Amino acid sequence: MSLDFKPNFEPGAFGDFFRDETFREDFTYRNSPEGIRRFPFPFDRDDYMYSVNMEPHTPGRKGSVFEHAFDVDEHYVSEMVDRAKVLAEDPLRCQSLPHMTLAGWDLLELIMESKARDYPQWFSLTKEGDKWHWINRPLGIDQHFTFLDESTLPYGPFEYITRQTQGDFSLQDERDNDLWMDAGMITSQADWSLDFDIGMSFMEWHAPVPLAHEKGIFDRALKFLLKLQHGAPVRRFNWTMTVNPLLDTAPETYPKWGPTKTSLTPENLGHKQHLRVELQALFRLPRSNAIAFSIRCYLGKFEELVTVPKWARRLHRVVRDVHPDVAAYKGFLRNRDAMAHWLSAYDDGAPTTPGWWPDD
Amino acid sequence: MTKTEFPPSIKSRPVYGVLEPRPGTVHLVVADGEGAEAVLDLLGKVPDRAAMLAGLHIMYTPGPNGTDQTDQLQALGARQFFRAPTLPTLLPRLAQVLATAHMGTQFYLSGTEGLMGQAERDIMATGVPFADIQKEHRGSTLRRVQCVHCKGITENVATDPFACSHCGLNLFVRDHYSRRLAAFQGVNIDAEDPGQVPAPVVRFK
Ligand code: HEM
Repeated sequence: MSLDFKPNFEPGAFGDFFRDETFREDFTYRNSPEGIRRFPFPFDRDDYMYSVNMEPHTPGRKGSVFEHAFDVDEHYVSEMVDRAKVLAEDPLRCQSLPHMTLAGWDLLELIMESKARDYPQWFSLTKEGDKWHWINRPLGIDQHFTFLDESTLPYGPFEYITRQTQGDFSLQDERDNDLWMDAGMITSQADWSLDFDIGMSFMEWHAPVPLAHEKGIFDRALKFLLKLQHGAPVRRFNWTMTVNPLLDTAPETYPKWGPTKTSLTPENLGHKQHLRVELQALFRLPRSNAIAFSIRCYLGKFEELVTVPKWARRLHRVVRDVHPDVAAYKGFLRNRDAMAHWLSAYDDGAPTTPGWWPDD
Repeated sequence: MTKTEFPPSIKSRPVYGVLEPRPGTVHLVVADGEGAEAVLDLLGKVPDRAAMLAGLHIMYTPGPNGTDQTDQLQALGARQFFRAPTLPTLLPRLAQVLATAHMGTQFYLSGTEGLMGQAERDIMATGVPFADIQKEHRGSTLRRVQCVHCKGITENVATDPFACSHCGLNLFVRDHYSRRLAAFQGVNIDAEDPGQVPAPVVRFK
């Protein structure tokens, strides 16, 4: 497959920050020691149940994944190569219903402005009226275009910018006091299908989730989102488990990756089993009044996470005690006992401190 | 016979009501199989039967189980009656009717989920809001299922699991439903343990 951008992994490029790694076949993905320290560990206590866990998406601690609206990390370039491969194999992973083009421009503007402001060493955006000039140095892209004129970009605005941004994205149109998932770039999903869900309402696309409907979580979450204001984004965590650092756990390809769930042994579990964390953020968009939903996936190997003693103890307790319906829905019930057993070696029973930071 | 009662399910699974006459001068009925009985019941409830018949267009096809009540529907004396031998031959005519439909047309769908789902999809594509379309389930519960892997649709699925009619994978049938596709979702049942396919059970009739 040929790429329409030019990743530069030459020694010394960008201070050797971006890793040249794979999320398929030989799976060379891993986190650097710094990457492990900034891993967004999602558990702020020793147990887990669904809740309306939303907080303002305001700049967080320096160096953390919360520092900027759109975190760019050491996996950026390789993730974009992986996305291009997924799309080459299955173009249905990026779809946008015709009325969502304006929301796509809104998102393009939000991302370009954020990245140029937060990472000026890598991205730049200059504007003269509606003539915009975008430079993405890590991907080797230099693009002049006219804002709001689709014919001046190689893809629609939504696909163009999300091919250059880590994490999945969906765009929700607001109508009839509900949100409708009417566009998506979904190549690193935790086993749900955009092609099936596109056009659904908030309750419809959440239908398969167990327990949370009964607890009123989705009613409250939707009410909250309908009041979301431009300029006041919010964020939340979700998590699941994935064998191998496979970003693209799509239902479409489940027959390919499903069998890997039976490949765990006590010897390889620490290396193969990954905690998959989604840092999700929601942004009201200014022109379209749509809501953009970013689903940024971080993968951490069990053997990486247990290097932080607090996380090791806590991950063991969460995995051991999580409700079986939740473990089944997330697809790891068959391996839960093996995971808990492996992790138990790193849990001495000592109390843990509240919050998710490694050292607090 | 009355409307079908389904067990409680997840929120994407459609629910159906009972057809009730609504005021209007143009009424479009799309029905299959036992759906004919819901139409007869509807007509039984109208205050001014002659007025409704004068604005009534019925499009009908036999059900996937073979039930054919053409005679009873035709005998109603609607302004327009069309019988298609199959659902795929009904849909292009429906598209043409919709293209020229009056504003304020009342829509009544009855019969199987496959018929109602596809008619609803086509009606909504013309901009008619969801709430203006009434649906009543009667007759067969055979399902229309999309294979999430190859995207092929298999009509009239009776068993769970079943073999996808396009790619051949053995699929289990979820209640997760897409109105855009007018289909339930089918997912490979032996993906994690290839070859371990449970014996099919008849779940839909
Ligand atoms: C509007 C933006 C949102 C979109 C597009 C979205 C989309 C999704 C999708 C596609 C799923 C997978 C469902 C399946 O199994 O097929 C899911 C799961 C879920 N969502 Fe959302 N969601 C959104 C917002 C929220 C919010 C605000 C909450 C807050 C409570 C929430 C809570 C959940 C939970 C608890 C799950 C189950 C996750 C798991 O156990 O792995 N979602 N969401």
